[in-house]
Amino acid sequence: MQNAHDVLFRTLADPTRRAIFERLCREGDQTVGSLTARAGVSQPAVSKHLGVLKQAGLVLDRHEGRQTHYSARRSALAPLIDWTSRMAGFWQSRFDGLEELLNRMDQ
Amino acid sequence: MNENSAGTLSVIIEREIPHPPEKIWRALTQPHLIEAWLMKNDFKPVVGHRFDFRADWGSVGCQVLEVEPSRTLSYTWEAYGLESVVTWTLTPSDTGTHLRMEQSGFRPDQQQAYQGARSGWSRFLAALERLLSGTE
Repeated sequence: MQNAHDVLFRTLADPTRRAIFERLCREGDQTVGSLTARAGVSQPAVSKHLGVLKQAGLVLDRHEGRQTHYSARRSALAPLIDWTSRMAGFWQSRFDGLEELLNRMDQ
Repeated sequence: MNENSAGTLSVIIEREIPHPPEKIWRALTQPHLIEAWLMKNDFKPVVGHRFDFRADWGSVGCQVLEVEPSRTLSYTWEAYGLESVVTWTLTPSDTGTHLRMEQSGFRPDQQQAYQGARSGWSRFLAALERLLSGTE
């Protein structure tokens, strides 16, 4: 739940942003224009979402003439997919803390 | 990582603890004791009670689902729009207590009507797992 993980969750917590990222994963490189056509929000809004995704390391941009093409960086998702193992580590350490507390407590 | 029959992901931790269930129950349900091993909180062992766990990295929004003293405690666990359910089960054993914690998340079948964002997450994560495992 820390740092990289935190940024990913915050970035992808927005459903529109998540949908944009998912489309890039599924359909490959896209321009802002083609993403806007199906995003249900304005082009400036899509650009803003792409900026946030880029900051989080989730997308890359590539300039080609006047167009900017965006692509998904799937590898950036590893910490998210790893959610359950992170939570397992979190709870194992909390179990340790619980046992320490129980040893200190009176009956 | 576990996947149960409902297709949800879950984390299960089980441990034999050399203390009686009643004592563990106190540690699981009294706010100042919970804080000592988990996080700051305003927990009350009352079904429906909403509370938060607070840490330096943020907070977790929770609601009590089930309270059966010294046996079962269950609450929702929501962080960053992701909801899961944490369930504690205490079973007396020869040496103390068998303590089991299950955190199950991303339940696509769960109350979809007011869970738009959350069910969106479950579908999204399922899609990502397929993408990353190369089956799509």
